[in-house]
Amino acid sequence: MERTENNILFHRIFPIEGGDFTNAGSTSDQIKKILKEAGFSNTLIRRICIAAFEAEMNVICYASKGTLSLYIARSFLKIVVNDEGKGIRDINLAMSEGYSTADEKIRELGFGAGMGLPNIRKNADEMVLTSQFNQGTHLEFTVYLDRQEAALPFE
Amino acid sequence: MTLSDLVKSFGLKIEAGKDRLREGVTGGYASDLLSDVIAHSRKGNVWITIQTHPNIVAVATMKELSGIILTGGRQPEAETIQKAEHEGIPILASPLFTFELVGRLYQMGISGMSPC
Repeated sequence: MERTENNILFHRIFPIEGGDFTNAGSTSDQIKKILKEAGFSNTLIRRICIAAFEAEMNVICYASKGTLSLYIARSFLKIVVNDEGKGIRDINLAMSEGYSTADEKIRELGFGAGMGLPNIRKNADEMVLTSQFNQGTHLEFTVYLDRQEAALPFE
Repeated sequence: MTLSDLVKSFGLKIEAGKDRLREGVTGGYASDLLSDVIAHSRKGNVWITIQTHPNIVAVATMKELSGIILTGGRQPEAETIQKAEHEGIPILASPLFTFELVGRLYQMGISGMSPC
């Protein structure tokens, strides 16, 4: 565990390599195991892991490298993703369902459906996305532990 | 309805997870876009796809799907099988194309979920 301020109970940083499709999903997998061990509800784990998986795939598909950090606090779970890579030219477009800049190779693998960021927004209570085109992207999202009665309609 | 029933009815080839075929199937989802499956499949669903790479196991594990059926005679990659065995996700294969297989599954009583 990395050192953090006191109100964060747990914090871990996972490095992600761009283009590493072989290990895709391994970070969200580890997060799932950590949250399971910590005793969080399945609904909550599913929400945060869906969002984490999409965020992890975005780094693999569009960045040269990045990190994904998990923070567990008393009242929320938070994931912060920073990457160096293509960045996003138009964030509003990127947030609209179905829009994607994925190349043929990525699409052949079944990614690049233009649903990643919308999926993250749906599963998080709060989301912040900023990007410098051709430099990188910063994404963070939070799920609040006291809002768990508001489960997603399709779950 | 279990995966084992589906194997028997459609002569599916068992590529991985042969010990996990007694799990109940809650319904089905067919798509080759992983984000779509992540967004819309439900726990216990059987997933019909032509994708064969290891990431399908990651998706199935995360969504706690009952199993994956590959269509069109496709074979999973070696790494996919390895990962599926490790995670306990059954992978089955059919020579039928997706449309045909889904139609037959539906006739057998496996349904999807309507969007509203």
